[in-house]
Amino acid sequence: MLRAVLAALVCYVLALAPNPLLAQTSLQSLLQTQKDEVLKPSRASVGAVLDTLVASNLPGVQDFLEKWQERQVVLNTEDGLFYFATGAQGDTLLLQDIDSGASLQAPKSALTDSRPNGGVRKEIAGALVRFQLSGPDIEKRRAAVEAIARAPSADVVGLLQASAQAEPDPALKAQKQRLAQILVARFAPDSAARIAAITGFSGALSLDIRAMLNQILETRPGVAPARPNANIAEILQPGSDALPIAAAYEQLVAADLAPPMISPAQIKETLAQNISAGAVAGIPLAQLAQPDRRIAAYQALVAQGKAAPLVGPEDMTKALNAHVFYLAYIEPDRAITDAARATLQDIETAVAFNKGADLALDALSLASIYFLAAIGLAITFGVMGVINMAHGEFIMIGAYTGYVVQQFVPDYTLSLIVALPLAFAVTFGAGVAMERLVIRWLYHRPLETLLATFGISIALQQLAKNIFGTQARPLTSPAWLDGAWVINDVVQISYIRIAIFVLALLFLGLILVVLKRTRLGLEVRAVTQNPGMAASMGINPDRINMLTFGLGSGIAGIAGVAIGLYAKVTSEIGSDYIVQSFMTVVVGGVGNVWGTLAGAGMIGSLQKGIEWLNPSNTLAAQTYMILFIILFIQFRPKGIVALKGRAAGD
Amino acid sequence: MKRLLEVSGVSVTFDGFRAINNLSIQIGQPELRAVIGPNGAGKTTFMDIITGKTRPDSGTVTWGEKGVSLLAMSESQIARLGIGRKFQKPTVFEAQTVSENLGLALKNRRGPLDVLMYRRSRRDTARIGEIAEEIGLSAQLARPAGQLSHGQKQWLEIGMLLAQDPQLLLVDEPAAGMTPSEREHTTDLLRRAAETCAVVVVEHDMEFVRRLECKVTVLHEGAVLAEGSLSHVTRNQDVIDVYLGR
Amino acid sequence: MPSLSTQTSGAGRKTFLAQHPSVMWFLLALALFTLGVTVLAEATGAGLISTSFVKTLGKTLCLCLVAIAMDVVWGYCGILSLGHMAFFGIGGYAIGMWLMYARTEIIVRDSLLAAPIPPTPQEITDGIGTQIFGVVGSAEFPLIWAFADSFALQLLMVILVPGLLALVFGWLAFRSRVTGVYLSILTQAMTLALSLYLFQNDSGLRGNNGLSGLQNIPGFETVSQDAISIGFFWASAVALGLGYVLFAFVVSGKMGSVVRGIRDNEARVRFLGYHVESYKLFVFTLTAIVAAIAGALYYPQAGIINPAEIAPIASIYLAVWVAIGGRGRLYGAVIGAAFVSLVSSWFTGGGAPDVELGIYTIKWTDWWLVLLGLSFVAVTLFFPQGIGGLFDRLVRNPTPDAEGQK
Repeated sequence: MLRAVLAALVCYVLALAPNPLLAQTSLQSLLQTQKDEVLKPSRASVGAVLDTLVASNLPGVQDFLEKWQERQVVLNTEDGLFYFATGAQGDTLLLQDIDSGASLQAPKSALTDSRPNGGVRKEIAGALVRFQLSGPDIEKRRAAVEAIARAPSADVVGLLQASAQAEPDPALKAQKQRLAQILVARFAPDSAARIAAITGFSGALSLDIRAMLNQILETRPGVAPARPNANIAEILQPGSDALPIAAAYEQLVAADLAPPMISPAQIKETLAQNISAGAVAGIPLAQLAQPDRRIAAYQALVAQGKAAPLVGPEDMTKALNAHVFYLAYIEPDRAITDAARATLQDIETAVAFNKGADLALDALSLASIYFLAAIGLAITFGVMGVINMAHGEFIMIGAYTGYVVQQFVPDYTLSLIVALPLAFAVTFGAGVAMERLVIRWLYHRPLETLLATFGISIALQQLAKNIFGTQARPLTSPAWLDGAWVINDVVQISYIRIAIFVLALLFLGLILVVLKRTRLGLEVRAVTQNPGMAASMGINPDRINMLTFGLGSGIAGIAGVAIGLYAKVTSEIGSDYIVQSFMTVVVGGVGNVWGTLAGAGMIGSLQKGIEWLNPSNTLAAQTYMILFIILFIQFRPKGIVALKGRAAGD
Repeated sequence: MKRLLEVSGVSVTFDGFRAINNLSIQIGQPELRAVIGPNGAGKTTFMDIITGKTRPDSGTVTWGEKGVSLLAMSESQIARLGIGRKFQKPTVFEAQTVSENLGLALKNRRGPLDVLMYRRSRRDTARIGEIAEEIGLSAQLARPAGQLSHGQKQWLEIGMLLAQDPQLLLVDEPAAGMTPSEREHTTDLLRRAAETCAVVVVEHDMEFVRRLECKVTVLHEGAVLAEGSLSHVTRNQDVIDVYLGR
Repeated sequence: MPSLSTQTSGAGRKTFLAQHPSVMWFLLALALFTLGVTVLAEATGAGLISTSFVKTLGKTLCLCLVAIAMDVVWGYCGILSLGHMAFFGIGGYAIGMWLMYARTEIIVRDSLLAAPIPPTPQEITDGIGTQIFGVVGSAEFPLIWAFADSFALQLLMVILVPGLLALVFGWLAFRSRVTGVYLSILTQAMTLALSLYLFQNDSGLRGNNGLSGLQNIPGFETVSQDAISIGFFWASAVALGLGYVLFAFVVSGKMGSVVRGIRDNEARVRFLGYHVESYKLFVFTLTAIVAAIAGALYYPQAGIINPAEIAPIASIYLAVWVAIGGRGRLYGAVIGAAFVSLVSSWFTGGGAPDVELGIYTIKWTDWWLVLLGLSFVAVTLFFPQGIGGLFDRLVRNPTPDAEGQK
């Protein structure tokens, strides 16, 4: 290891040392030898200039090339020397000496620009890459590697390999070697080397390698009377999904192997051009509303030589049967495409596996959001039999609380720390107020509670619109929550989602502790199971109901802050989640934390699963999910975790 | 006496708790039977099983001389066979009049279209009058049931059972919360009903059971502990242990 | 006005209407109202009521019809369905498909006939397809448009589609004994699923563009909108009258007794030998069909229908109308729907004057929903009988539930 580093260092130092033979020459004098080429470079001939410059190993070459590329090189016709233009002052240009860097001035009229065109600048960039690849600035080296990765070409392979040898930074070295391998796989002249490089990528997940393999496996469609002698990827059957009949025939027409189809529109046009005395070829116009009469009229025109003959279905079949349709690889070497295909298949298996893992992570994070949104609802529903339609608006209140806090506390971390308990407090208060003012009077009338809370929901939503407006308000997450935990090119999860997952776990634990380990929890469970008995044992159900409702609402507030961090805060943020929350409660089963957890898990993974099956259409995914839930209720009407026996209250 | 209902070897478990444990009971027609037992003996669950509300884990419940199984039937089908049930708490339709309550129960076709097109015939009106007479509510026919006293509601419910022309009546604690004279009336009602059909009374109150003067079945922990006349079962040592001992 | 349906039954019985004077009064009031509007409308009378207001009134009558359907299913049978506006919308879509098809067909045929060669049937169909589905990037007719060219079949669809949907959904839900709040949430889910489905472009119903131009009635191109609107107003009034009589018939007598019994104690009704699920299914499906008919009359007056009209919120508003009007009485639902929807359009349409509070001006377009939400809470808390309850107190008929069974 140490030796390798030392060797790299030695190479690096050697590369930097100027060539003693040319050390005496200045860059200006070198340029003077090729004055015309520098002034009016052309793509075909600039290579020679660039080679000379690069071979000189002069220290200013890279700087000159960069300036040249940016069209800052001028020729002063008075002294015949090249300068860098650094700025303008009226009619005078500010100049800089190429070798010494001294500043001077010259009138504009005396100067001629060197204006390299796009092609030339590309050549210059190519020459520059070698400097940047092994230059002292690691950022420039990185940029150069990325530039090559963006526009891979055959001629930098050797350069890249050489600079990888000398690269001191281990990470960048690995990156260079990898890129070099990619280039070898695509461009190396030796097919054995290419195959070795390709098979070396087996199991790699990254996008660039998949893109490279797909480029090697690029095909073009073709058609021929017989199977051609090419690297055939696939023979296509006309009429299959991959090649519908019409497309196949169009391919034949494009290859001049068959006469073009005459479309109904063309028939109509031809007929319209040949109307004479209210008829076409003797057939009256009125009859031309019938398809078969139109064909007859057209055939008559064909017989008169006034139209191209029709291509009937039999002609079409005959033509199709007489030809072979295929997809051929652009890469002619069979061995290479075989290797690429095998490697790609390997990779795709690995990708599918990792995508499964990614999907599971997505589902988990969605489930934690649903859990947070639904657990408050589940608690109030379980304890009081009350469905709170305004639950979504408590989520909204939580999110707006977070937003308002950020207006006063500019530090995002601090504001989050303030916002979470404050959101809990605000929605706890709102929940208690609502329970005292409204819900308390409606016990044993669950349907009316549902409607009354709906009234509160529309009032709160409109109130939020009146206060905050209809446009979305940002709730910015602290910087340490930005970005994502990238496991590989396929599996990654954003930190916010991880944070929400942690928050959900925290609340799961908290609720379990409150319910199982505290006096309040004992009383809540007693009221859930048998309110009458609980009341006769001295538990004040009023107080329990009030506290439970406050707790459920408070958690909704927390959920609001969490959801607001990754979704825009609007007055509708709550209603976006409320139906899913209801579903979670219904599917999970009432009055049980684990039921809600199971419900959230099921709904989350179901939604992600359906989205994965039908990625283009999230609306359809939601539709199918709801249908599935309706069917699920058929089999488990009381949810996944159902209370049994008399406690079920039926 | 023909055999009407046969429950044999029935067991039910709720979350590991055995509410009914290998229970077997036969009811004949006509018969008056009292079922007694301490709390949690499975009396209500026993009724739930017969009326189709609870499905047993094992065992059979058969009906009539042909031995039709009740287990595959829905509550409403079982009710239409002629099994009427009175709940512990009086459950009459409080928003509807006594006449409407009885009309609902009256033995008639139960399909939605039959009901939609139903017009009350003279015979039905007369039958409602008869039943009201019997339960002592003739003067209350037009009053909403919600305005009746507790005892009157119990009678109305028994009246609704009678209106069904049932073959088997399951009556859950009919005398609970009644004054002594109301009890008297209730006892008479049940005894008269038992002249034509089978009546099973679930009761706590020994005094009330004594007055019914009928065969008694004692349930304990979901199984039959003793069966026979009241004086017979009260001498049974097991029964004494369960009710008085420990 | 509809002919007064009478129930001939046992000898010496009074007719159905004579037994139910409130139905009589309602029909009379509706007839007077219709007559009054006709006399004052632009097309047929003094022109004191603008055509657009006639349309509003006609639409309100349709809303009253769907409200009494809601009242029957909720107020009488105890099923708080949050899906009846979805059935209303399906009715609108079903009739809208024919309206749009037939109207587009006329336009396409006219434009193709201007060409030298007369069009083939296929060309006409293709032209209609391009016109209707161009907006969602398609020209193909989806399968659900198979009957769109036939007025009679599409009318049948108005009844069949929501009827079947209600039948299947109700069968699934009632069979598994889903009741109360659970059932409400399930119906809400059904409604959401339906509206989300319709929002898709490939639903075959033009995605969120919905169906438009429904106010142009094919075959009546020469008739002015003034006359068409009064025609629809009459049709809506007749439908409301018929619907009222139908539901009054259903909820009276023994059927009403069973249905209210199910609302108050489902298990007891079951132990009396009634197959509760069938009754619920009957009420749910019948009301769904009436809701769809109301929708089929509403949307030609509204001119446009899109999936947002089907969203769950619409069905919740329907429940709000019925609750404010007073549940368990049919006229309550009519009062609630008419009152809330008219007041709502007065407030949101800028009809209500702003309130100056010195530091703040209350603009009712912004604050109406807050007022509605809070007044809804107030009604639930303080006037559970709704406006109809006040009405009952005025006419000293405190127990409408006991009505009709003397």
